Amino acid sequence: MEVYLFYIVATITVVSGVYLIFEKNPVFGALYLIQTMVSIAVLYILLEAQFVAAVQIIVYAGAIMVLFLFVIMLLNLDIKEEAKNALPFQRIPAILMGIALFTVIGIVIKSKLMQGKHDQYTTAYVNSMGNTKLIGNLLFTEYLLPFEITSILLFVAAIGAIMLAKRKL
Amino acid sequence: MNKELFAYLVIACVKILLVFGTIQLMVISMIWLERKIMAHMQVRLGPMRVGPHGLLQPIADGIKLLFKEDIIPEKASKLLFVLAPAMAMIPALITFAVIPFGDKVKILGYNVDLVITDINIGFLYVFAVSSLGIYGIVMAGWASNNKYSLLGGIRSSAQMISYELTLGLSLIGVVMLTESLSLVDVVNAQGKLWNIVLQPLGFFIYFTSAIAEVNRCPFDLPEAESELVAGYHTEYSSMKFAMFFMAEYANMITVSAIAVTFFLGGWHGPFLPPVVWFMLKLSGCLFFFIWIRSTFPRLRYDQLMHLGWKFLLPLSLLNILITGLIMVIKG
Repeated sequence: MEVYLFYIVATITVVSGVYLIFEKNPVFGALYLIQTMVSIAVLYILLEAQFVAAVQIIVYAGAIMVLFLFVIMLLNLDIKEEAKNALPFQRIPAILMGIALFTVIGIVIKSKLMQGKHDQYTTAYVNSMGNTKLIGNLLFTEYLLPFEITSILLFVAAIGAIMLAKRKL
Repeated sequence: MNKELFAYLVIACVKILLVFGTIQLMVISMIWLERKIMAHMQVRLGPMRVGPHGLLQPIADGIKLLFKEDIIPEKASKLLFVLAPAMAMIPALITFAVIPFGDKVKILGYNVDLVITDINIGFLYVFAVSSLGIYGIVMAGWASNNKYSLLGGIRSSAQMISYELTLGLSLIGVVMLTESLSLVDVVNAQGKLWNIVLQPLGFFIYFTSAIAEVNRCPFDLPEAESELVAGYHTEYSSMKFAMFFMAEYANMITVSAIAVTFFLGGWHGPFLPPVVWFMLKLSGCLFFFIWIRSTFPRLRYDQLMHLGWKFLLPLSLLNILITGLIMVIKG
């Protein structure tokens, strides 16, 4: 049952991702991206990561994409407008960089660097405690330093954005 | 299929249909009640012609809208134009999946929880779903290919992003007290004392942001008729317009139900059965919405943004801080 659901949702995710790239109209592109985000959230639920799924929708589909759409609609880009400020000979370096990116992703996945700890954290253990509680506990004990560094990083980014937008403040 | 699973599926389907039907009925009666109550508050009579005291007015309105010509502007983006009313309606309805509306009851030997589903991230689910509600309005605004619609859509998205933040933060205090994200746990924890007593500030912030979130007066800038015609649904007619209209009321019912669940003790109450208590409290909240609409004038756009970012947001952070401090002191 779950396997079939996975295949259906995964197909939707990939197809909407492909449509996002080939869509000429930016508004439709953004909508396809929202579709991708929501289907990824469903995949998280299939992996029993309910907290991540909810946060995925709240943050990406609910907040970031709304701002994307907001900006696209405000600028009201013309559908036929080609990318005018594309660099010359952009295509070949872009393809090379793309291949390089996928190679790095492949190496990382193969090398088991990203698998983290799982000996103790079985699905049964996680479900007995609840996703949210476990993530909270780990974030504020074991991963406190990375967590704080991330918050400082985001804070700096926010200040940077304000500085760029409001020079004369 | 074994018997247990079959019973589970049947019970779930019945609950879903029941909740869905109740919301639709409430939407219809709300349309009549709002007109009636506002009329009486303004010393008018309101609808009187159709049925006794205009009771059949919503049905007459529905028939009128159904038989109107359905116009889609020629340069509109057709797919999105048709999709938008549904996108506005769906989030309001599916939020009800996690809202408990009664205690456990025994029907034909089966224990039935009067909540469609109890998930351990109920609180997050509510916000995930309600944050998707913006898209209906934004899509309608853009797809109509009309500057008033677009401005209405943009205003609405800015407003909803701003107030979603305070809406979420105002409920964090309750979540801290309950120590659970499940809405069933939140209600169960209020058996003796309602959360509004412990979190009066939270309730105030929640209700103010909820009114802004559902674009109701005095925060109905997205459809300010004096400046934007009718905002995002300027180009809509017939049943598509009716769907936006119903979505507004469905949203109102949803945010009121959340207010009841988080602050007003859910279905808890003496003497009367739990479901009746839930409906009574819900009706009280909805009456409050109508009352506010006929009392306050509309805010200006900059006043709206000031209120959200410079007053409600710091206040909700303060509320979390105080709640946390008291919890630490009390241990």
